[in-house]
Amino acid sequence: MERPEAAPLGASHSCQAGEAEPGPGPAEEEPGGGAAGTMMEDCLSKKIEITVSEAEKRTGRNAMNMQETYTAYLIETRAVESQTEGQCSPPDSLWRRYSEFELLRNYLLVNYPQIVVPPLPEKRAEFVWHKLSADNMDPDFVERRRIGLENFLIRVASHPIICQDKIFYSFLTQEGGWKEMVNETGFQLKADSRLKALNATFRVKNPDKRFTELKHYSDELQSVISHLLRVRARVADRLYGVYKVHGNYGRVFSEWSAIEKEMGDGLQSAGHHMDVYAASIDDILEEEEHYADQLKEYLFYAEALRAVCRKHELMQYDLEMAAQDLASKKQQCEELATGTLRTFSLKGMTSKLFGQETPEQREGKIKVLEEQIHEGEEQLKSKNVEGREFVKSAWTDIERFKEQKNHDLKEALISYAVMQISMCKKGIQVWTNAKECFSKM
Amino acid sequence: MEAESRVPGPPPLSGSPPGGGGGAAAAAAAPRPGPPGAARAPPPPAPPAELGFDDDEEDLEVFSKDTSLTEANSFSPLIPTSPSSMLNQYKFEDEPELRDLFITVDDPESHITAIETFITYRVVTKTSRGEFDSSEYEVRRRYQDFLWLKSRLEEAHPTLIIPPLPEKFIMKGMVERFSDEFIETRRKALHKFLNRIAEHPTLTFNEDFKIFLTAQAWELSSHKKQGPGLFSRVGQTVRAVASSVRGGGVKNRPDMFTDINDYMETFNQKINLLDKISQRIYKEERGYYCEMKEYGPIHTLWCASEEDLVDSLKGVASCIDKCCKATENRMAGLSENLLPVLHEYVLYSEVLTGVLKRRDQIQAELDSKVDALSNKKAEKDLLTEEIGNLEDKVECANNALKADWDRWKQNMQHDMKTAFLSVAENNIHYYEQVKHTFLFYFYYFLFISIPLRSQCIVFKNNCLYPHLNVLSSNSIFLSNWCLIGQYTWYVFYLSPSMLILSSSSTEGSLVLLSTEI
Repeated sequence: MERPEAAPLGASHSCQAGEAEPGPGPAEEEPGGGAAGTMMEDCLSKKIEITVSEAEKRTGRNAMNMQETYTAYLIETRAVESQTEGQCSPPDSLWRRYSEFELLRNYLLVNYPQIVVPPLPEKRAEFVWHKLSADNMDPDFVERRRIGLENFLIRVASHPIICQDKIFYSFLTQEGGWKEMVNETGFQLKADSRLKALNATFRVKNPDKRFTELKHYSDELQSVISHLLRVRARVADRLYGVYKVHGNYGRVFSEWSAIEKEMGDGLQSAGHHMDVYAASIDDILEEEEHYADQLKEYLFYAEALRAVCRKHELMQYDLEMAAQDLASKKQQCEELATGTLRTFSLKGMTSKLFGQETPEQREGKIKVLEEQIHEGEEQLKSKNVEGREFVKSAWTDIERFKEQKNHDLKEALISYAVMQISMCKKGIQVWTNAKECFSKM
Repeated sequence: MEAESRVPGPPPLSGSPPGGGGGAAAAAAAPRPGPPGAARAPPPPAPPAELGFDDDEEDLEVFSKDTSLTEANSFSPLIPTSPSSMLNQYKFEDEPELRDLFITVDDPESHITAIETFITYRVVTKTSRGEFDSSEYEVRRRYQDFLWLKSRLEEAHPTLIIPPLPEKFIMKGMVERFSDEFIETRRKALHKFLNRIAEHPTLTFNEDFKIFLTAQAWELSSHKKQGPGLFSRVGQTVRAVASSVRGGGVKNRPDMFTDINDYMETFNQKINLLDKISQRIYKEERGYYCEMKEYGPIHTLWCASEEDLVDSLKGVASCIDKCCKATENRMAGLSENLLPVLHEYVLYSEVLTGVLKRRDQIQAELDSKVDALSNKKAEKDLLTEEIGNLEDKVECANNALKADWDRWKQNMQHDMKTAFLSVAENNIHYYEQVKHTFLFYFYYFLFISIPLRSQCIVFKNNCLYPHLNVLSSNSIFLSNWCLIGQYTWYVFYLSPSMLILSSSSTEGSLVLLSTEI
């Protein structure tokens, strides 16, 4: 089973999924188009390069005809083959806003409940530390969101199953009328009601144990990543403080150097390095936000995992209810046929009080029940098959997800180490320079 | 492996390797490969307890082979014994061999009586001077006694720059008067105070100073009572107030002293700012330390739900933990080498303002007599004689102040330079430590996918060079080690830009050479 190549966030701004690190044991690839029956190797990401290259502020009128400001993102697509031939054909492009991405994702969630659907970047800035803006219009936030949206599209395009969805393809290629197209599919009606799902979660008797474990895992994942991000934000805040206060040295050294004869030059130049030191933290922390975004993606993935579990519980509950219903109908039928009354029923009571039915009536009822039982058995069979297929394909995708997660998180941790190393190198540089200045004092 | 002969004994297979200990071990163990490159800083100055005999000898060279000195270094556990701070304590502009008076202040003790609670400090003096009856003295003094000494010195030498005492109490924050931190800061400042007097060419021979160092408690009390009484001091204060009201001395003040006054105004401002900034930096660093202390363990917690990520997560957790230790060292460096120095000079500003005022008063006395002479025709001879004396007095005062000012200026430059240099060094060392920690992590996990083989794998400049044997025993020293999984991994530096990662696993060692990223 080929592992789809999803390049981790922050690796590059316009990632070509085709250039991502090769995973272990690359599977064979069919040439474009794919022979009948092999859908796995034909990820869309192999055929086209997707980038979200720009973000723009727009004003427009919303559904309630009120003025609003929003950001639009430019999606560019380019066929991969044209690259290798050395020509650079201009990319196709269109503009989309965040709400359209959300619509796409909801559509995918409803139509592919067995898939762990990649999450979108956060709607509002969370886990912010004091310098970071919580404003959705803040340019840094917009930039990080742009990268997150690109990552989302690449992940979808790299998924063997959902990359083939027509709605997804039109999202990338058809600017006008896409919204209408999605709504026409009527996917909102297909969606399971939240209440139904909650009910099923509580009442299901025999869910597949693996899904129960997966639910616990996703809860733990969410809790530990939230905790990590919260503390990371506080660490960033403190680090920011340490660096920025050093900037004050620059100003005071400079003023002090004015009254010193021998020490003046050393102080003045040391002060300059203190300013450099204080300024360097901005870039450092901006880079760290990308690392935080990588973790956030998996925080949101936890919810996607839970969605799959919920669907399973719903199907399982449905199955159990159908089986229960069938069993009770069979029993009813048996009781009617043999005339015994094993269970209390209103019918039984009323017939005792007001006299029993005629044999013809009874025959009629039995016939109806037998039909229903026959229908029920067919339904139960197909529900069972559905359920089993769901579990099978869901579990396949979950295994795929697990491998992706392990790979991505390992890389994220390494990138964290790399960031720390680069921060230290800068620090060593600045303080070595400052030391030289001090020694000239 | 050749390199193993260099390792000073098997390292303990515990979970937490010594933070700076690797560096110290390196300093004691193997010879250095050539001049250290920019990538590597020299190992941190470790407390003498950890260093080999070589470093004690180094200390002795600086301070002379006087045995009394080594005792002074080693007997008091409360005095910071790292070489750099010892140098800070015993700063002197004369040559080391000429020092004949060594003072230490330590061992604060609480005394509770019916009326009050106070702290006494032990003052130990070792000297070879003839004026002292004995070569060693140990007395206990309280803050009041130090105040007495300072005022006596000010009286005897009004235009000399008497070192400042630590404040009576801290106003800001509800710092309890007897908190350990407060007592320790005060002790260090009192120690500095006495040593500055000892180093001063004139003050060191002051009689009251000698009595302070040598007299037993009852002797000191009776001596204190003998001194110029309360009334004479009041008289002085009255004269001082009167003369300042008259705007004494300012109109005839030589330019030099006006310059000093102007300088001190600005200096005072700046040094106060620097003091505040540095305290703030210390606070922020401590905050960072606390948050990192919480940050690391979350990664370990995460391991519980992730089988495949255990090594990666535990590795980051251990890196962050080492970061914390490095931050602790950084903070200790600030609090030992920078904060006390800046604070002392904040207090010096007040001292200098006082000295300039007193000089002006002496000048004012002369001026008023001169005015009197021009007004009163009688008593001419008496006045003239008085004026002559006063003129001498003014000249002495001016010269004394001028000389002391030059000396103070020189000291100040030296102290500031040393203090800030040590901050820079501390920070460089901090970043080096953190960098090495994460570098190690990075290389380990980047190369862990290469399967263990029994021959050497050399990865240099992103190319693979199989079977390359470049290990020469002269050029390797152990820089760090870490326990990951079941094996102990060693990092060796071949040169400033190439390092070797090696495992102690018995399956054969994975040896890699690579350039730094």
